[in-house]
Amino acid sequence: MTQTVVKLIDTTLCIGCKACEVACQEWNDQEFTLGTFGGTYQTMPDLAPNFWNLIKFNERETDGGLSWLMSKYQCMHCGDPGCLRACPAPGAIVQAKNGIVDFVSDHCIGCGYCITGCPFDVPRLLPESKKVYKCTLCSDRVAVGLEPACIKSCPTNCLTFGERTEMLRVAETRAGVLKQDGHAQAGVYNPVGVGGTNVLYVLKDASDPAAYGLPADPTIPLSVRLWKGPVKWLGTMLFAGGVLGSFFHYLKFGPKEEEAPEE
Amino acid sequence: MTNGWTDVANADVILVMGGNPAENHPVGFRFVMEARLKRKAKLVCVDPRFTRTAAVADLYVPIRSGTDIAFLGGLIHRAVSTGKYQADYVRQHTNAGFLIQEGFGFADGHFTGWNAEKKSYDKSTWQYELGPDGFAKVDPSLEHPRCVFQLMRQHYARYTAEKVSDICGCTVAEFERAADEILVAHAANKSGTVLYALGWTQHSHAVQLIHAAAMVQLLMGNIGMPGGGVNAQRGHANIQGSTDMGAWNMLPGYLKIPRANLTSLDEYLHANTPKALRPDAMNYWGNTPKFMVSLLKAYYGADATAGNQFGYQWLPKIAEGANHSWAYFFDHMTEGKIDGLISWGMNPVANGPNTKKMLMGLAKLKWMIVAEVFETETAGFWKAKELAEKYYPQAGDAASIQTEVFLLPASCFAEKDGAFVNSSRWLQWKETNLEPPGDAKRDQEIMSRLFLKIRELYEKEGGTAPEPLRMMKWDYATPYAPSLTEVTREVSGRDLSTGKQVSGFGELKDDGSTVSGCWIYSGSYPESGNLMARKGQDDPTGLGLFPNYSWSWPANRRILYNRASLDTAGKPWDETRAPLRWDGLRWKGDVPDYKADAKPSQYGSFVMLPEGVARLFAPELVEGPFPEHYEPAESPVENALHPEVSFNPMAWVIQGAGDQLGVAKDYPYVGISYRLTEHFHYWTKNTAASAQLQSNFFVEVPEALAKEKNIASGDIVRVTSARGKVEGPALVTKRLRPLKISGRTVYHVGLPIHWGFIGRIHGPLINNLTASVYDPNSGTPEYKGFLVNLEKV
Amino acid sequence: MISRREFGLTTAFGFSLASAQAAVRELKISRTTQSRSVCPYCAVGCSVIVHSLGDKARNVRSSVVHIEGDTDSPVNRGTLCSKGISLKQFVNSDRRLTRPLYRAPGAQEWQAISWEQAYEKMARAIKTSRDQGFVEQDAQGRTVNRLENIVMMGGCTDTNEINYLISKFRFGLGLLPYENQSRL
Repeated sequence: MTQTVVKLIDTTLCIGCKACEVACQEWNDQEFTLGTFGGTYQTMPDLAPNFWNLIKFNERETDGGLSWLMSKYQCMHCGDPGCLRACPAPGAIVQAKNGIVDFVSDHCIGCGYCITGCPFDVPRLLPESKKVYKCTLCSDRVAVGLEPACIKSCPTNCLTFGERTEMLRVAETRAGVLKQDGHAQAGVYNPVGVGGTNVLYVLKDASDPAAYGLPADPTIPLSVRLWKGPVKWLGTMLFAGGVLGSFFHYLKFGPKEEEAPEE
Repeated sequence: MTNGWTDVANADVILVMGGNPAENHPVGFRFVMEARLKRKAKLVCVDPRFTRTAAVADLYVPIRSGTDIAFLGGLIHRAVSTGKYQADYVRQHTNAGFLIQEGFGFADGHFTGWNAEKKSYDKSTWQYELGPDGFAKVDPSLEHPRCVFQLMRQHYARYTAEKVSDICGCTVAEFERAADEILVAHAANKSGTVLYALGWTQHSHAVQLIHAAAMVQLLMGNIGMPGGGVNAQRGHANIQGSTDMGAWNMLPGYLKIPRANLTSLDEYLHANTPKALRPDAMNYWGNTPKFMVSLLKAYYGADATAGNQFGYQWLPKIAEGANHSWAYFFDHMTEGKIDGLISWGMNPVANGPNTKKMLMGLAKLKWMIVAEVFETETAGFWKAKELAEKYYPQAGDAASIQTEVFLLPASCFAEKDGAFVNSSRWLQWKETNLEPPGDAKRDQEIMSRLFLKIRELYEKEGGTAPEPLRMMKWDYATPYAPSLTEVTREVSGRDLSTGKQVSGFGELKDDGSTVSGCWIYSGSYPESGNLMARKGQDDPTGLGLFPNYSWSWPANRRILYNRASLDTAGKPWDETRAPLRWDGLRWKGDVPDYKADAKPSQYGSFVMLPEGVARLFAPELVEGPFPEHYEPAESPVENALHPEVSFNPMAWVIQGAGDQLGVAKDYPYVGISYRLTEHFHYWTKNTAASAQLQSNFFVEVPEALAKEKNIASGDIVRVTSARGKVEGPALVTKRLRPLKISGRTVYHVGLPIHWGFIGRIHGPLINNLTASVYDPNSGTPEYKGFLVNLEKV
Repeated sequence: MISRREFGLTTAFGFSLASAQAAVRELKISRTTQSRSVCPYCAVGCSVIVHSLGDKARNVRSSVVHIEGDTDSPVNRGTLCSKGISLKQFVNSDRRLTRPLYRAPGAQEWQAISWEQAYEKMARAIKTSRDQGFVEQDAQGRTVNRLENIVMMGGCTDTNEINYLISKFRFGLGLLPYENQSRL
C-alpha cells in the first residue's frame, strides 16, 4: 500500500541558509529573478510563481532578549486541501495517495480559485501563462524513491522526510525533548481544520504559531466549502465556457482525488 | 583546523568567535547542530553582530570588533584564578613549567626589548633559560616565579571581568556566563572546540588572537582531543592546499624560502633545522634536510646533485629584511617598481584593502595577465571610472591607463580533476567529465604553454639568467598539458632507487635518492594508488575520523596533536573519547601524532616542536610571547590598558600613495565587513541563483543610530572612511547592539562585501573603505574594525 | 563514476512512495552521466555529483543538467548550501569567459585575440620584464637569482596540483612577490 509522505520542519534547527529555496528552484527549473531591497534578509517579500519556498526572517525583542526567527513557508500538502475543493478545472489539482497535492499545469485554467481556497495563501498565479504554481513536494523525485530537493539540501537536519506515522512520532519526540529543555510550550503544528498537513512543524512555542508566520487555526473558507457538491459544477459551468471538454471530463470521472497506481 | 568538521560533533562546548559558520560554512555547521542534538552541547557565539549563528546559539555575547584578545585574556585570567584549568594536562603537555630568562616582563604596552627608534623588539629576554646541557630548564611544580605559568598568571591578572566589559562592551554578567560555559571544558572528560574564521584573522593583531585561543584550549586540555582543537574555517575551497604549497616567503610544505645570507644549502639547513630544547623532544622538524632535498629533487630532477647542492643556487633568495607580501608589493606597484602581474583566479581590486590604492597600482603596471572564469574588477580595472566613477573618482580614464591586459578563459572546478584540501586538511580528489566552454582551457594547459613559451624564447634568444628557468623540470608526458595525476604523483613522491612511489614522508631522504614536491602530502599517492579519491565509509573509532575516506595531511592523521589526548603514561583523559590507544606495542586508532611504536613516555607529546610540548609562551611571534590586547589601528577609543600604546606596535601600517588613517572625531563608528550566506566572495554575483537571494547591496545600521540620524530601512545612506565611500539602502536592525565602552556608546556599521562594478548585480566594493593596515605575523589586512562615518543621502 | 543503479540505491527509501504518475514529470537525471566533484566555494569541502548529458562520444559536448550533494561524503552527506546547490548556475553561467581577450594600452574595449598570439605577447612581456629586473647577484656578490618586478597571485580557487605547478612556474622565473589569498 502507498504510504503518506511527510516533510517535517524542525524550526529550532533552521539557520536561514536558504539552501531549500534554491534547491527547489534549481530542481524544478524555475527561473531566478532579481529582487528589490525589502529591508530584511528575506529573498522575496512573498512566494511567487517561480518561488515556491520562502524562508521568512522575523526579528523580535522579548523579555528573553533578541530573537531572529527563521521559518520556512510553502505548500502544506493538506489532508483536506482547500485548493482542490475550490478548483473547477478537472485534473488541474490532484491529491495523490501518498498525500502530495500537486498542480498539473496542462489542466490549469488560471481561474485562481485555488488561491482563494488555500488557508495558507500559497498558490501563485503567473499572469503571462495564466497558470497557478506551487510546491509539488518534488513529486517526480518522490515517485522514484528520492526525497524532495529541499529536504536533501538542508544541512542542519531542520528538514526531514518520511512516512507520516513515523514522522509524527519523530516530531512529538522532538517536541518532548524541547519541553524537557525548558520550552514548556513546545509542540507540533499539524492543524486539524485542514485535515492535518503533510508538512509538519516542530515549534518551540506551539501556542504562538503566528510568530512563525503560521495561522493558528487554519480552515477552508466557508464559500469554498459550499462550492463543493452541486454548487461546484454549476459554478464551473458558469466559469468555464471554453473549457467545456474539461467539464464533461469531470462529469465522467467524478472527484479528482487521484488514486495512485499501486506498486 | 587541528581537528575537522566531522569532529565538531564530539564537542561539549562550541565557542564560535571570529566566525559565523551558520552563514559562511552552513554545511560544516551541521556538526554543531549534531553536537547539540546528540550531546546537548552548548553553543556560545561571541560576535559584534547578532548573526544567523547567534540566532541558534545557547548564548550570544556581543563584543566590540577588535577586542577579542581582551575577551580571551579574560578567560585565561578566570581559568587560572579560579583553578578551572586542566592542571595535569597543562603540566605534562605545555611549556607552563619552562623558565624564561631573567629580565623578561611587560609594562605600559610593551614587552621588554622594545626599541622605540627602530620600532622593533630585541627578543633576547623572551627566551628560555637553558641549563648547561643546552636544554631548557623546567619547574614541574609550576611555582617558579619565572616559569611560563606564573608569568602568564601575572600577565593576565589585569584582564578582570570588569576590564573585559569595559573594553569589549558586553556586560560583566554576559562575560561571566560565557566564561562559565566555556570553562566547563577544563574537566578531563569534557571537550570544547573553537571555530573561527576571518573575524579573527583580519585584525592587526590576528596571529596573537589565534595564539590566545590556543592558550585557552591548552588550559582546558582541549588540544589533541576529539571535540577540541583550534579550528580555522577556511574561506576558499583550496586555500589550505594553496597555503600548503607556499607563500611569499615559503616553499611547499612550510619550508622557508632562503634569505640572501644563507648562501649554501648547508647554511640554509643549519639555520632552518631546529635543535631539540628538551631531551625527550622528538623535534620532527629535525628532518628538514630530507624534506628540502626531496623538494629540490622534484624541482630540478637529475640536474640536482650532491655536487651542486641539489640546485639550491637556482632558488631565489630573499634580501634580508625584504618583504614581498601583498602589503608591500602593492605599495611597490604604486611606486612603479613592478612591471607585471600574473593573477590566477584572484581579484585584488575587489579583495585588497583600499580599492583606490589597488586601482592606482594596477594602472602603473606595464602588463597584466588574468586567468579567470568570469571577467572580474581586476581584469577590467581600467573601466572603473566609466562604470562607477561615483566610488572611484581618482581612477584614471581608460585612455590614460597604459596597462596591457590579457584575460584568459580558464576552466572551473567541474572541468578539472585534482585535489582540493578542505578545512579538515582532507585532500579530496575530483573527477571530471566536462570540457571547458568554448575556447576556454584547463589551467594546467594555460600555465604550461606559457611557461614553455617563455623558455623557448630564452632558448632562442638567450637573456638574463636562463639557468634557473631551464633547470626547473617540466618533463611531464604531455608537457603542454600535464595530467594532474602525474603531477600529484610527483608531489606525493617516489624513491629513485626503486622507482616506486613512497608510502609517506618517513621514507624521504636527504641524499638525493627521493623526490617529493610537498613533504606533508607525501603518501597521498603511494604505490597502491590515489588515496585522495577514496570513499571508504568505515569509522572504527566512532569519532567521525573516517580513515579511508579521502586522505588527510599529514600521514592521513585526522586529529593533530592527538598524542595529547592521553597523559604521559598513556592513559586517555577521557576513556569515552580516545582517538588513540597504546596497546603495549603500538598505537591504535587515529594515525598517531607520535612515533607509531614508541612507548607513551618516550617522547614529549608535541613531536613537531623542539620543546616537545605546546607553547603557552611563544617567542617566535613578533609583538610578544603572550597575546596582549591592542586596539585596531583605527579605533573609537583609547586602549584602556595602556593608552599610550593603543594599537599593535609591530603592525604594518602602510603609508604610501593613497593611504590615510582616520580618527574618531571625523569617523565615529566602527565599520565591519563580512560575507552573507547567500553569496560566495566576489564570484556569485555572476550566478543567477545567488544574485536573486541577495540582489542588492545594503548597509546594516543599528536601530538606535538610525533613530538618531532619522534613517529608516530602505533610505539611502553614505558610509565614508578616510579612504573612500560606499552608498546603499540602510537595513535598520536590532541585531547590532550599541555597546557601552568606557562609559560611551559605540555603534557598529555592518557592510556585506559581495558586490562590485562587474557582474550580474552591481554595488560598491567595501574595500573602498578599508585601510592598508596589516597583521605583522601573517600580513592579513584589518577588515574588521575600521572607522567610518554614516549619513543619510 | 557511479552508476545510476548505485545512485538510486543510496537514496532510495525503504517504502513505496509512488505518486500519481499523471502528475509527475520525468526525472531529469534519469539518463545522465555522473561524476564526483567537490564544491569550489568555501572550504567545508562538500562533495557533489555533477549530472551531465552526453555519453562522452567524440561528437558530443557534455552539458551539465544538475548538480546535487554526494551522500557518500561524511562531510556533507548529500546536503549543500544555497551556493552549492546552485553550482549548475556557476558552470553554465552566461558570464563565463569563452575566448581570450586582450586590452591594448589605452584601449576602451576588449578585443579578441588567439591563444597563439596571446602566448607570444605574454611570453614576450614576461621575458622583457624579467631580463630587466632579474638580480643574479646582490650588492655583496651573493648569488640570489631573484625577480622582484613581477607579481604573481592566486591559487586558492584551484587544486593542489595547479598550485604546485604555480610554485614551479614561480621559482623557475625566480619570482618572489606572491599572494594566494589566504588572508583576504
